[in-house]
Amino acid sequence: MELLAQQLITGIATGGIYACMALAVVMIYQAIHHLNFAQGEMAMFSTFIAWQMLAWGVPYWLVIPLTVALSFVGGVAIERLIIRPLGDAPVLSHIVVFIGLFAVINSLAGFIWDFTIKPFPSAFGEGSQFGGLISNHQIGMIAVTMAVLLMLFLFFQYTRVGLAMRAAAENPASARLVGIRVGWMIALGWGMASAIGAIAGILIAPIVFLEPNMMLSILLYGFAGAVLGGLTSPTGAVFGGFMVGIIENLAGTYIPEIGGELKLPIALFLIVTVLVFKPTGLFGRTVVQRV
Amino acid sequence: MSMLLEVTGLHASYGDFRVLHGLDFSVEKGGISTLLGANGAGKTTTLRALCGMIKRTGTIRFEGNDISGKATEDIVRMGVAHVPEGRGTFTGLTTEENLQCGAMTRRSRADIARDLEQAYHWFPRLRERRNQQAGTLSGGEQQMLAIARALMLRPRLMLLDEPSFGLAPLIVQEMFSILRKVNQEEQVSMLIVEQNAGVVLELADNAFVLETGDIVMSGTAAEVRDNETIRAAYLGY
Repeated sequence: MELLAQQLITGIATGGIYACMALAVVMIYQAIHHLNFAQGEMAMFSTFIAWQMLAWGVPYWLVIPLTVALSFVGGVAIERLIIRPLGDAPVLSHIVVFIGLFAVINSLAGFIWDFTIKPFPSAFGEGSQFGGLISNHQIGMIAVTMAVLLMLFLFFQYTRVGLAMRAAAENPASARLVGIRVGWMIALGWGMASAIGAIAGILIAPIVFLEPNMMLSILLYGFAGAVLGGLTSPTGAVFGGFMVGIIENLAGTYIPEIGGELKLPIALFLIVTVLVFKPTGLFGRTVVQRV
Repeated sequence: MSMLLEVTGLHASYGDFRVLHGLDFSVEKGGISTLLGANGAGKTTTLRALCGMIKRTGTIRFEGNDISGKATEDIVRMGVAHVPEGRGTFTGLTTEENLQCGAMTRRSRADIARDLEQAYHWFPRLRERRNQQAGTLSGGEQQMLAIARALMLRPRLMLLDEPSFGLAPLIVQEMFSILRKVNQEEQVSMLIVEQNAGVVLELADNAFVLETGDIVMSGTAAEVRDNETIRAAYLGY
């Protein structure tokens, strides 16, 4: 029973990270209708920036807002300089650009900080609560991801900019006709996705350790979560992310054949299964419309 | 009377295919003009060209300023509200969120709240539907929503693209009587594109008849209405 509880908590904690990555992917997907393969690498790079600042002796409480802000600016810059000039280019052009972005960011991180695995300190310290049931870091992960998701929900639901972003993603032509600057809304989406990725990276780094390939599997789980919940639904993506985290941990623990080694294929298995049986995902929107 | 919108030599094309061949027309301050013509005459293209949604050349003066080089968002921010073909509903947002989007360029929350009330006053059905996903509204309701959303901008000029399209005659009558009241009480000038010439000529002050990218007749609505040849050849009623 305690093992189950422990695995559930671990699943929710890592699921929160997957939820963040899934949300980042979905935010960009809704705006430009392409999957950003480089989302994980962007998050990895942000985490390295945080690590570098910590190594320079900047206190942790200052490192997080600085990293989030820098990542936001970086995300906006990538959209303005690389994605926007692509415009309505065909899908393959976008894929090539995303793969290029992936390779460039990955190599750049290796070039600057080399490929050796580095430990990354937790903001919440060592130790655990409830007789070792849950580590302090896991509590921190769950609290932070929940807070981030709640803030994003409030932002999109109750602010004017949030409404403008939703309108721009849904119907760009109409959005322009009410005076919304659609291009900037998309750039803002990239900045926010990048910032969310940075938080996910900083939270997961103490567990997977810091190195240029750290986000590879995390992003795959994030994709699985996004596909499971539905690429058209931010709520679905968040739910999917948590589900993937829980499924991954329980399957790894209770199905001996899977163990720790075969966890990653679960993500791919989930993606394929969902795409075969329910391509829109669990929460995929079938917009009700009368003509 | 002074002109709110003055268009001279308006050309527009889709790729290599030229659709408008140098239109000249205008909308008086406080007036209602209508652009009539058959399918494919270039009516929708004209409105899209005015708003910068497609490439165009020529001069477009709005309140004396040339807007022919400006982006859609900037033209909208100057006070030109476009009710597009197909209504342009944000189907996934609620009715009220759609209306809020219409006021996106404005600052004062108090003014926006007041205008929201005013919109519900013009179109009471929208109040009943305020929290409903806009995509589930009926065609008539969505057209009302599109007009109400455009009014939320506090426009000085409204461009309406076939507002009567696909609506029952009774709804069309109701909508045009609301448009008349909006025009009179809020001094919103209008340029209305229509196929339904009979109804719109009752409302408009001036009319322009468009045929394959050229204006073949212009005059007061009464002149166009009383011109048998024009009626038979272009308006089909």
